Amino acid sequence: MEKIFTRTPTLTSSETHFCPGCTHGIAHRILAEAIDELGIADRTIGIPGVGCCVFLYYYIAIDTLEAPHGRAPACATGMKRAQPDKIIFNYQGDGDMAAIGTSEIIHAANRGENITVIFINNSVYGMTGGQMAPTTLLGQQTTTSPYGRNFQTEGYPIKMAEMLATLEGVAYSARVSLHKPKNVMQAKKAIIKAFEMQINQMGFSMVEILSTCNTNWRVSPIEALDVIENEMIPYFPLGVFKERTGKDFL
Amino acid sequence: MAYIKIDADRCKGCYFCIKFCPKQLIIVSDTHNKVGYFPAQFLQEKEDQCTGCKTCALMCPDTAIEVFK
Amino acid sequence: MTEKKLTKGNIALAEGAIQAGCRFYFGYPITPQNDIPEYLAKNLPRVGGTFIPAESEIASINMVLGVGASGERAMTSSSGPGISLMQEGLSYMAGSEIPGLVVNIMRCGPGLGGISPTQGDYTQAVHGGGHGDYRNIVLAPASVQEMFDLTIRGFELADKYRMVSVILADAMVGQFQEPCRLTPDHPVTMPEKPWALKGRAGRKPQLLKSLYLGPGEQEAHNQDLQKKYREVERNEIMCEESLLNDADLMIVAFGTPSRIAKTAIRMAREKGMKVGLLRPITLYPFPSQQLHEHSERIRKILVVEMNTGQMLYDVKISAHKDADISFYGRPGGGVPFPNEVLDEIVKAMEK
Repeated sequence: MEKIFTRTPTLTSSETHFCPGCTHGIAHRILAEAIDELGIADRTIGIPGVGCCVFLYYYIAIDTLEAPHGRAPACATGMKRAQPDKIIFNYQGDGDMAAIGTSEIIHAANRGENITVIFINNSVYGMTGGQMAPTTLLGQQTTTSPYGRNFQTEGYPIKMAEMLATLEGVAYSARVSLHKPKNVMQAKKAIIKAFEMQINQMGFSMVEILSTCNTNWRVSPIEALDVIENEMIPYFPLGVFKERTGKDFL
Repeated sequence: MAYIKIDADRCKGCYFCIKFCPKQLIIVSDTHNKVGYFPAQFLQEKEDQCTGCKTCALMCPDTAIEVFK
Repeated sequence: MTEKKLTKGNIALAEGAIQAGCRFYFGYPITPQNDIPEYLAKNLPRVGGTFIPAESEIASINMVLGVGASGERAMTSSSGPGISLMQEGLSYMAGSEIPGLVVNIMRCGPGLGGISPTQGDYTQAVHGGGHGDYRNIVLAPASVQEMFDLTIRGFELADKYRMVSVILADAMVGQFQEPCRLTPDHPVTMPEKPWALKGRAGRKPQLLKSLYLGPGEQEAHNQDLQKKYREVERNEIMCEESLLNDADLMIVAFGTPSRIAKTAIRMAREKGMKVGLLRPITLYPFPSQQLHEHSERIRKILVVEMNTGQMLYDVKISAHKDADISFYGRPGGGVPFPNEVLDEIVKAMEK
């Protein structure tokens, strides 16, 4: 019998530091598969932000730059301008991109920087222990919203994919999820699409991925998948919010 | 027919593979792995029912599953 | 003979950057350094370079980081509040050993402060500002020609040691005009950068990072950085030693105050007082040994700064233990007149 599924070559054999059931592992795998399927591993440079995403370099065997918290889009801007023939992507969490790094992401997107951003939205700060993030759902209890997020005092969860889609420089903005097999396949297609946008010099591309953080959500891995289905998706709808078909920004 | 190989020592016991296997061919092992998790285990005796759909591997966050067909 | 052209300090610096092979500038407007981005916005595209008017100084320094990691020369320039915003990026660049050039044409502080000439950012530039045990190379030009030459030197040192070079100048040096040779005094070269991130083709994947979590890893990384800093201190000190052979008093000053001091020294010598000048050109590495050796003989020292005494601490720890150190400082945009410095010379001599 023939092996029909195994680890893609650009995904290293390292065991991840992610908690059991954390879908970050799935995100890493489909990202590495996308890179290999497009045949761009030799010329791709990854820029992870700070948080659970920072150890990207242990798991994906490409050149990697560690960016200061929230600043990955600015680092990517510099790198892409210096090496326009390379494929540059950011891998940022919600505490990184949707809070401390909002200025950098909005302006990189608005300039139409020809980079790709993978945005992991798990509605909490994961690595620091589950504090409230801008993406935390209303009513969601975290270590810093112990009574549940209240819109009157903490505002509403921020919708990055929709917000960035309003900017002219953005070529592609989509939200996908990792909670079901069908969604994982769609997520990988979206990542490939985003990289293709960059390869074709269409401008800024972003894929927001709804991901689980069952440890900080205080649920089991399987229950966390249901949280995505029943609580996250109703507020963070899946879909493509912008897809440029021509280089009409040029 | 097809079968899967689960790297028991990589498995962290999230059991997504068990949840999503359309043929219910994966169970929780009754012996723990090197880290202390009870890994997922393929029911070898039901190999003839495995279609090699790769759903288990697709959902595995730890890339612990290889699929053969 | 090389032709000299009447040039503004900030323009000489910007032209020096282009001549040094810098092709990337990122910055956010702030007075008194706006001539630098304006000159580069016009002239970088002419040599195939990239100019981005960044959304903030935080973004600027991280764009410099991104280009530096790619192995190319990049710079940003700013002043007071903007430089404060860059400290996070500077610390990351030090930790990840990514070279780059940062220009600080100082404005007064604290806070929004003012735009008159000052030297209030010495401590921030020389002794840190960002988190962690790190150093930046700090160069202090005192003339338009040095704005040009030290910018080129700054890029070379940054690449040689994989560090950030800071050009620390007061607004007087940035804004006044002097004849300047606008060609490098030596051939500018760019070293090989095998550590740069250019994609893994033909080699193993590479990584630039500052996070070390394993037991002892961060300490070992720090010790490696310190070894590098000691090497910089051994090799790269630059200072001007003027009229010190017979001097009874040594003025220590950098930037504009060093030029005012030279006039005051001439006035003092006309009155028969033997005064000389030690002018640090590199603030880090600080010319501690030179200062110490002179102070073994010249026991009277007068430190003149346009701040409340920031370099003074480096002079104190460098000078001979029996040195008699006086200080004259003007913070918040006050610029001393030569006769005021002369008064301080007289006071110090009579002490």
